[in-house]
Amino acid sequence: MPDLEDLYREIILDHYRNPRNRGELETPPAVRAEGFNPLCGDEVIIYVQVADGVIEDIKFGGQGCSISQASSSMMSAAVKGRTVEELQQFNHAFRSMMSIEPDPDDPAPTNGNSADVKLGDLEALKGVVKFPVRIKCATLSWHTLTQAVEEAQADS
Amino acid sequence: MALDTAAVRADFPIMCREVHGRRLVYLDSAATSHKPRPVIDAVTDYYERFNSNVHRGSYQLAVEATEALEEARRKVANFIGAARDSEIVFAKNATEAINLVARTWGRANLGPGDPVVITELEHHANIVPWHMLTAEQGIDLRWIPIRSDGHLDLSDLDRLLDGARLVSVAAVSNVLGTINPIRQLADAAHDVGALMMVDASQYTPHLPTDVAAMGADFVAFTGHKMCGPTGIGVLWAKSELLEAMPPFLGGGEMILNVTKEGFSTAAVPWKFEAGTPPIAEAVGLGAAVDYLNGLGMEQVREHEVALTGYALRTLNQRYGDDITIHGPTEPAERGGVLSFEYKGIHPHDVAQVLDRSGVCVRAGHHCAKPLMRVLGCAATSRASMYVYNDESDVDALADALGEADVFFIE
Ligand SMILES: Cc1ncc(COP(=O)(O)O)c(C=O)c1O
Repeated sequence: MPDLEDLYREIILDHYRNPRNRGELETPPAVRAEGFNPLCGDEVIIYVQVADGVIEDIKFGGQGCSISQASSSMMSAAVKGRTVEELQQFNHAFRSMMSIEPDPDDPAPTNGNSADVKLGDLEALKGVVKFPVRIKCATLSWHTLTQAVEEAQADS
Repeated sequence: MALDTAAVRADFPIMCREVHGRRLVYLDSAATSHKPRPVIDAVTDYYERFNSNVHRGSYQLAVEATEALEEARRKVANFIGAARDSEIVFAKNATEAINLVARTWGRANLGPGDPVVITELEHHANIVPWHMLTAEQGIDLRWIPIRSDGHLDLSDLDRLLDGARLVSVAAVSNVLGTINPIRQLADAAHDVGALMMVDASQYTPHLPTDVAAMGADFVAFTGHKMCGPTGIGVLWAKSELLEAMPPFLGGGEMILNVTKEGFSTAAVPWKFEAGTPPIAEAVGLGAAVDYLNGLGMEQVREHEVALTGYALRTLNQRYGDDITIHGPTEPAERGGVLSFEYKGIHPHDVAQVLDRSGVCVRAGHHCAKPLMRVLGCAATSRASMYVYNDESDVDALADALGEADVFFIE
């Protein structure tokens, strides 16, 4: 079996113990979306405030395991202040790191190549691929954020 | 302990396998039990020697296959104290058995505002079918609450049962292990003219089952949790009820006659068994019942009480305030299902760390999300024990649990 150390990297545990951007935003102007992992009962709540195609603020809440909480925390740090286009590139790059086929429902990145995207801290989640049941834990927050951003853009 | 667990383990071929180079420590029998050699052999033997379709062939093979299926029905009937073999309806699993009651008896007998009473500790299998009838027929779904000690809170029972048409309750909780006072609830249900359904999925595998003593009208359970194959479950119901209920699925096997104008139904129980049944699975369940009878259900329960007591003592002594085990503290009042929280570490992470040591526990909501909400958590870790488990499995769990600290406790 792959080492647990591959899964529980120090940087992941750090985000888990000291989550960035945990909390709530006022809705509106922010949009709130919920994601569920029906297998384990994990819940992620994402608040996102989008203006002029830029993710101005993001917070997350809910209950989940170290992987889902750390993934939410790292994601929020990575996308805050970025454009929606950049988010799409991150999302694609993240999904391909997780060895997941692109979701046909997800908007494709309109410019730039997701292969060029630097995932930074998020790279630490690479080890999750060796533990297939945990992939959903890592991707739940991304699904939920995509949903929230779509809603935010539909609203505006 | 009453059971010779070493001998029992030798009956279960899977116990020989290793996980990550470690001995398999299987503590997830509440999800599904393993299968002893005689059950595996019975299924194989069926395919090797009897395989053919039932109730239709006039040749010897088909006669023998039909006999094998009906023999399995007889064994199951005896196992739960049914008055007649024809009170045993084979279904796919407990979920289908409960849905059968909701879709047939429920559709025919329940209307807007009719109260159906369940409890906060039910499995989704005994919740969602009633939610569906709420949406479709406007029934009034009521919930018996639970107390903090894991037992049902019956203080407001009279009001909850007022006007009730059906009370449907798990005999043993698959999360808390609580053994519910089924007889008392059945009597209370009957006092107000309601019927009593029991979800015995976690009961029949572990305790001697007597449907008459339970006072039940419907009892549902599932083969794969009691050493049987997957794909076979049971609905027991009183003959008069089965006779009066409309059929469930329509098709072959369940008819007496079909014309262009319509159809008439076969006799019970076949009226409820449309299509080719899970024959090999039923034969396997018959073998499982023989196997459990061979161990003796009294002994099975005695073993469970002793091992549960050992597990509660071991985990509480070793981890004290760092561990919270949900449900009743008295082994005599509970089954061998231990849902626990350890140092606030998420159950998914606990299960992952335990897996490294070959220890299989379940992490999640255990298909009981309303109960999770009452307990104030999204998930628990759950260790559940059966006839092949012994003290060494509990010790392995206790040893491996502490390893989670390395990652999650600073
Ligand atoms: C109490 C209870 N009811 C119902 C079920 C459903 O069993 P099945 O999935 O075999 O239908 C289970 C098991 O998962 C259970 O524990």
